[in-house]
Amino acid sequence: MARHLPWVGLALLAAVPFSGIGNYPLHLVIMCLLWGYVYTSWSIMGRLGLVSFGHGAFLGIGAYSVVMLWNHFGVSPWIGALAGIAVSAMVAVIIGLPCFRFKIVGHYFALVTLALSEVTRLIIVALRDQTGGSLGATPNTALAQGNPWSLGAMQFSDKVVWFYVILVFWLAALWVWAKVDRGMTRLALEAISREEEAAASIGINVTRSKLFVTLISAVMTSVGGVLYAQYQLYINPETVSGIGISLQMVFGAIAGGMFVMLGPTVGAVFTLLLAEGLRLALGDAFKQFPALDLAVYGLMLVLFIIYMPQGILGTARELLRRRRATPAASAPG
Amino acid sequence: MEIFDVFLLEAVLNGILLGGLLALLSLGLNLIFGVIDVVWICYAEMIMIGMYAVYALHVQQQWPLLAAMAAGIAIVALLGGLMHQFVIRPVLSAEPINQLLVTGGVLFFLQAAATLAFGIEFKNLGVKLPPVAIGEMSFSFPRIIAFAVALAGVAATYLFLTRTYVGTAIRAISQDRAIMPLMGVNPGRIFVVTSALGGALAGLSACLLVLQYDIHPAIGLSFGPITFLVCVLGGLGNMLGGLVAAFIFAQFISVGGYLFAIEWGYVIAFAFFIAVMFWRPQGILGRK
Repeated sequence: MARHLPWVGLALLAAVPFSGIGNYPLHLVIMCLLWGYVYTSWSIMGRLGLVSFGHGAFLGIGAYSVVMLWNHFGVSPWIGALAGIAVSAMVAVIIGLPCFRFKIVGHYFALVTLALSEVTRLIIVALRDQTGGSLGATPNTALAQGNPWSLGAMQFSDKVVWFYVILVFWLAALWVWAKVDRGMTRLALEAISREEEAAASIGINVTRSKLFVTLISAVMTSVGGVLYAQYQLYINPETVSGIGISLQMVFGAIAGGMFVMLGPTVGAVFTLLLAEGLRLALGDAFKQFPALDLAVYGLMLVLFIIYMPQGILGTARELLRRRRATPAASAPG
Repeated sequence: MEIFDVFLLEAVLNGILLGGLLALLSLGLNLIFGVIDVVWICYAEMIMIGMYAVYALHVQQQWPLLAAMAAGIAIVALLGGLMHQFVIRPVLSAEPINQLLVTGGVLFFLQAAATLAFGIEFKNLGVKLPPVAIGEMSFSFPRIIAFAVALAGVAATYLFLTRTYVGTAIRAISQDRAIMPLMGVNPGRIFVVTSALGGALAGLSACLLVLQYDIHPAIGLSFGPITFLVCVLGGLGNMLGGLVAAFIFAQFISVGGYLFAIEWGYVIAFAFFIAVMFWRPQGILGRK
């Protein structure tokens, strides 16, 4: 029974668009999946001791690559996505190589990547003549004349299409996560994160192992940026790059539990429900005090890290394990 | 075009003035990191709170400017102490990443608190000081004050760390965290004192920044990342390295900003930073 549980869950999830929920709830489900995808991408390297505070850079590169190429040169987002992936991979190597080669780890790595995400945001703002600066950008619509979708422009007015597209990407991210989880790279990187010199001495190529997961994670995140831009049809430098979104990714993954496959997704659901819940609960007060949700969010972040550093799923798994262990331990005595 | 560009010289001199301020900014962060081994990602947001405190006391409560500034420094110092007591202390033995992230939560909280209290409109003190003209060059007077006060702050911190008992204890802890309790120093108290001192330095920076810039809830983001880069470039926790790095960085921002646009100054500074990381990853004055 337990073996079939994931498939039952997946089937139920895939049936969501036909359950008759409204447009807005469907949008929320899509956002959960999209951020679940992005947080999972982040955690592929985050859980192995490579805590990046700069994934906003890759998200922004992906999002702005497709929109800028489409708006200014009419290049199809499919090609734009490839360009975004290429640029992200390049940036990941340019930043990653010196960091990994010269053992910039821990605080140093976090601060360097944090600066990277902020610099990406600054570049987008600085190129305001092309990018629209802080006002953001909207991809030129290809849906004129009542055309509900355009494959070449990667624009679909039907949310159901997006639901399945993003569902597939999310599943792919989980698959990659599991693949890395069971691969040699994970063992190598776990050894590295404990004792880098010792790992190197038994023949692990530290730089190459780290670069490998960083590239996977960066490329996947930039694809997340592409999906975000094409689904929302609006991007701005604050929402796809910079410190805010970068920290949000880290927090989402850690809140859900980054050592469990579904942890980052649970984190995404949690953060989205938190914002929505506050919006509903506070009603009019929410409009009067636009930063209230941010205040609660910050407070939750602090409390979470202090009292539940394993995250929601991590803590749940721990409790489950303890409950199972108790009767077994008491039986022989 | 002349060989001697007077405006370029102006940019260079402005860079030196900015360097003094960056040096002060990085000093507090380095001090806290050197002693407690935690990076406060929200350090720039504490400066933002200090700026709002000065604004609220001077403009809204009509306090004299200097009194408002003194109170502002005290408030941020208190905030630093509280920050350690209630946020950092519970995670002192946790993973470094969690320590970083917890201060990220404080960043959001402080930003939101400032927005709730003061709104998102830009505020300023309304103090207008005339620019100082030297030949064809002109310098903003607040910048010159900021430079002088920042250097005085750096010197005062140095004297405090080398000439007083508490300062000596702080330096000792940053050298060997494990042995100091055996020497009769209470590390918990030293941590709080250091945090408050770091907060006071943030408050002082706030007083100098509030003279030059408009205040808004997201202003921390405009100089927070640059402060981190300065600290990493100088070697985290290495105060002298931070000073040197601050002046180098300020030149890139000022001259780069003069030759291109202000955002590009930051981008060039970042590119330089990456290049230096290839060459001296432990920071320009960092120990191996």
